[in-house]
Parts: sequence; C-alpha cells; structure tokens
Amino acid sequence: MAARVLACAPCHGAEGEGTSDAYFPRLAGKPAGYLYNQLIAFRDGRRKYPPMNYLLEFQTDDYLKKIAEYFASLRPAFPPPVPPVDSKEILARGESIVKNGDAQHGIPPCSACHGQTLGGMEPGIPGLLGLRAAYISGQLGGWRYGTRTAFAPDCMQIVAGLLTEDDVKAVAAYLSSRPAPADPSFAPRGSLPMPLECGSEPH
Amino acid sequence: MSRISTGLLAGLMLVLSPIATSAQQPADPAVIAKGEYLARAGDCIACHTAREGKTFAGGLPMKTPFGTLYTSNITPDPQTGIGTWTSDQFYQMMHSGRFPDGGLVYPAMPFASYTKVTREDSDAIYAYLRTVTPVKQLNKPHDLTFPFNNRSLILGWRTLFFREGEFKPDPTKSAEWNRGNYLVEGLGHCGMCHTPINALGGSKQSQAFEGGLIPMQNWYAPSLTSNKETGLGDWTIEEIVDYLRKGVSAKGAVYGPMAEVVYNSLQYLNDDDVRAMAVYLKGLAQGGPPEKASTSLPSAESSLLLSLGKSIYDRDCASCHGATGQGMPPDYPPLAGNQSIQMVSSVNPVRMVLNGGYPPGTSGNPTPHGMPPFAQKLSDDEVAAVVTYIRTAWGNRGEPVSARQANELRAATLN
Repeated sequence: MAARVLACAPCHGAEGEGTSDAYFPRLAGKPAGYLYNQLIAFRDGRRKYPPMNYLLEFQTDDYLKKIAEYFASLRPAFPPPVPPVDSKEILARGESIVKNGDAQHGIPPCSACHGQTLGGMEPGIPGLLGLRAAYISGQLGGWRYGTRTAFAPDCMQIVAGLLTEDDVKAVAAYLSSRPAPADPSFAPRGSLPMPLECGSEPH
Repeated sequence: MSRISTGLLAGLMLVLSPIATSAQQPADPAVIAKGEYLARAGDCIACHTAREGKTFAGGLPMKTPFGTLYTSNITPDPQTGIGTWTSDQFYQMMHSGRFPDGGLVYPAMPFASYTKVTREDSDAIYAYLRTVTPVKQLNKPHDLTFPFNNRSLILGWRTLFFREGEFKPDPTKSAEWNRGNYLVEGLGHCGMCHTPINALGGSKQSQAFEGGLIPMQNWYAPSLTSNKETGLGDWTIEEIVDYLRKGVSAKGAVYGPMAEVVYNSLQYLNDDDVRAMAVYLKGLAQGGPPEKASTSLPSAESSLLLSLGKSIYDRDCASCHGATGQGMPPDYPPLAGNQSIQMVSSVNPVRMVLNGGYPPGTSGNPTPHGMPPFAQKLSDDEVAAVVTYIRTAWGNRGEPVSARQANELRAATLN
C-alpha cells in the first residue's frame, strides 16, 4: 500500500505523520471510518480542496476504504507539541471548552465525542492531537462558514456555529499545545455517550 | 375548429394511439441490456449526472469558452426529464441535434458524433433510459455570454461543422475495423477532444484525431493517429486495449480527462469492442506532417535547465520511473519513448509534475498507484528543468520548457 499511496506523501508524510506544513493534517491512526468519510467527501466534491478532489476523482469506494484502513493502521511518532505562543488565559479558555464545554452557550465539551484522551472514537470520530493550530482553526472555520460539511445531522457544523472567533483560536491553541498520547488509540464504537446526533457516527 | 373536425381528430388520435404508446410498453430485456451497454459506450453518465447528483438527472455545469452550460435531465420523468419523448424524437436528437420541438441542441452534446449511431442502437439506448429511476429535477438555464446565448448561432456552427448521417461500413475493411470505426467516431465521440478545436468551437475534420488542447481544462488530448513520434504508431493492439480498459499499459497510464472516460465508460466495454476500437485507432493515418515544434529557449538556458533537471530527476523521479526513464510498467509508466512526454505541447508533462495523479480505479486495475504532486516542493524553475530533462533525455525528442510555462499551469483548473 505504501507505494500505491505515495501520492499522499508530499503533503501528509510517507506514513501519514504530517509534514512541516501546518495546513496538511496527520492521517495516521485516525479511525478508518473517519478517513473513509473524508476520502468519499473529497472524491464527490462535497469537501472542497482541489488537489484532493482531483487526485481521488476516479477511485472506487473499495479502494478508498483500503486507503483509509491503511492510514488508520499506521502509528508513526507524533511530532513534539508546538510551544504555545498564546497567553495563559487563551490556553485556559481552550482547555475549558475542550474539557467542560460552555454550558451558557450550549457548547458541549470536545471530549464528550472525541474521548477523554482526545483520541477519537471508532468508526467516524477523529483524534484531535498531533494537529497544528492553523489546521484546527481552518477546519472549525470551514464548518462555521459551511465550506466543510459532513453527513446530516452535521453535528460539527452545529458545534462550530456556537463558537466565537476567540473560542476557535483558544481551542486550536490548546489542542495544538498538548503532548501526544503515550498510547495513541481511539475509543471503541459506541463507548461514549454523545451529547448530540452525528451523521458520521451512526448508532 | 368545428365539432366535426374535432371528432375526426379524436378518431384519428384513437387510431394512432396504439402506435404512439407502443414506445411506452416495456421493451425486451435484451434490448434494455444492450441499451445500457451502449449508454456506457456513449459515456452519457459523465455529463448527465452532477457531482453527488441523481443518476442521469443532469445539472452538471460544463464550462466552455462561451459560458457555462448545464446538462439536462434524461431520466424518464414526464415533466422535467424526457419521459414524454418518443423513440423517434430521441433518435432525432441523437441524429440531427434537434429537440422534439425542432429547437437546436448546443453542440456540447456530441450529436456531431452520435449522428453516426444506428436507429437500432438509438432505440436500445432509448429503451434503457426509460427504465432508469425518474427524477423530478428541472433543467438549469444555461449561462452563456453574449452573443453565444443566441441559439440561432448554432445554425452557423452546424453549417460549418455538422455532417448528419448514420455510419456507413466500409466494405473493403474487416468487420472488426468497421465496428471500431463506429464506436470511436460514433458513441465514443473521441474526436470531441482528440481533434483540434478551432476558435468557433468546431472540430477541424482535416486534422481528425491529430490531437488538441481541450478548452478550459488545460489538458492536451494527444494524437491518435499512427504517427510514430506523436501517435499510436509503436503501440501494440494489446497495449491499446489495456490502456483503454484498465487505464494502465506497458506504454503509459491514462490521466487527466481520459481517466474519466476509462472510469465511466471504456472499462465496461467488452473485449471484442475495445479490441475493435484499438484496431481502428491503430489504422488511423496522419493527414499531414506533424506540427513542428519551435524552440523558444536560448540554448544556454536549455543547457542550464538540463543539468538542474537531471539532479531533480535523480532525486525525486528515478526511484519510480527508473534511472534511464524505463519505468516499471504498468504501475510506473516509462518516460523514455513516451509520446505524451515529448509531444509538441508540454502541457501534460508539466501538469503531471505539478499535480501528480491517479489512473482511474477499474476492474482491471482496482488499486492504482498514484504519482505525487510536486507543485509545493518544486519551484517554477525546477519544474521547467525536470520537464525539459525528461523531454530530451534518453532519446526523447521534445522541446525545452520555460519556467513561465510551468508557472502559468499552476493556475490550471484541477477539478
């Protein structure tokens, strides 16, 4: 498989570990269902990024599943966390949203669906560590503005819509400052009581 | 209208109605299956299905130099599709490029090729299309710039470029050759891309299948003639068959818009038909001498490019394409002697280096190898250098490429 997916390596690293470019995400060790949903969304043009749309346009569901399973199975080392450049207050705000949410604004904690360890849950919920702040805020922004969508009900669109610009910055700053988990793994399917319905994570 | 003539008309309608509704009867399953196969050969689905849209419900935007056309709903929905069309009307559209009301069809619909389709085959496609799930979806109005939004201009286009008429077999050739000719020039509508397009959007028949730049997409459709340098002269029938059905072959892999054709259409055709197409293509003669390349770069710049190009090639390309460009076919195409690298237009090799790409996933090659994009790794100078190198090394006879050409193609539409 490594030879077949060499096309992914310049942006995502030879083992899906990510590269120095902050905007291209780590793929390795994310749940296969999540990666598969993204590959399908790029192939069909629902998630828009022309270089990805172009590469995947004429691939079958079966092959995209194999690619997703391949990257999900890899465990390359995480990059060292980026030393935070943001203030303690911003990081604390981020940590608070990630762990506790913001009841006043109806924001659930990230950990409710992405797990206490933020490693994600099978089959469709990705881990949140090992990503750079620019990528995380880019994706949350994409959901807020509707340029990134997922299967209905699109829970991330709802959650991101509740976040302010400052919240996004704080969450991205906090997540990207966290050290990688010693044992990167995702929670088993159905093990987390999710606070809202997600089309990508069928019950 | 008098009562009597109304009555007469009603009587006539009654007499005629069994004929008029005969088209509504379910057709023979064998005819429907044949129609489905022929619809694959015509690649109807590629244009008449939008991204994530319902099959055959249209709505796909087609960008042209004259504006954007939206493809039509060809499901059997009576209000928004072609549910009320008769097989006569369907044939008239395929054969003459006219709607049931006589209106002119924009030639983005390849009726200039489909006119060669026999009545029997048109009826089979019609029978098949009546069996697909009807979708209620109104056609989107076209968004064409003045003066192209005036449909009567199509009359002029038709006078210049449209030759109506069913395919006539050539009795001096084999049945296989004739079948290939019928598929390539009719349903396959290969000439839509592989014949040069002029400024009026018409195909230059004097240069049929000699290749041309596809408007808006910025990919170059190579010559399909038997010319040794630019066409299919050196390809065996087996290699052409592999290329068309699997998307990869010992001589090269499909990429760009051709990947779509293999993915949606050619991989579904049976071996006899693809072989017939290969036999016909192999026999296409070049109409005139191939276009002569003009060297636009001073030789000092070329030689600098070449030495830089070789070092980039050895570092980034040789591990797959081989130290001497021999490749490891079918997964890693050879570059030495590869027509699509050295043809006059350098658009394709530049774009492959910038954008990378996957051949289509087909039943014959379900998990293809992908070429990485180098757009973010290589500068314009480096892209020009490495493409110049592969176009001129190992006996390849292409012309150098400038950094400016590489830069311009960074903005090419990807998808």
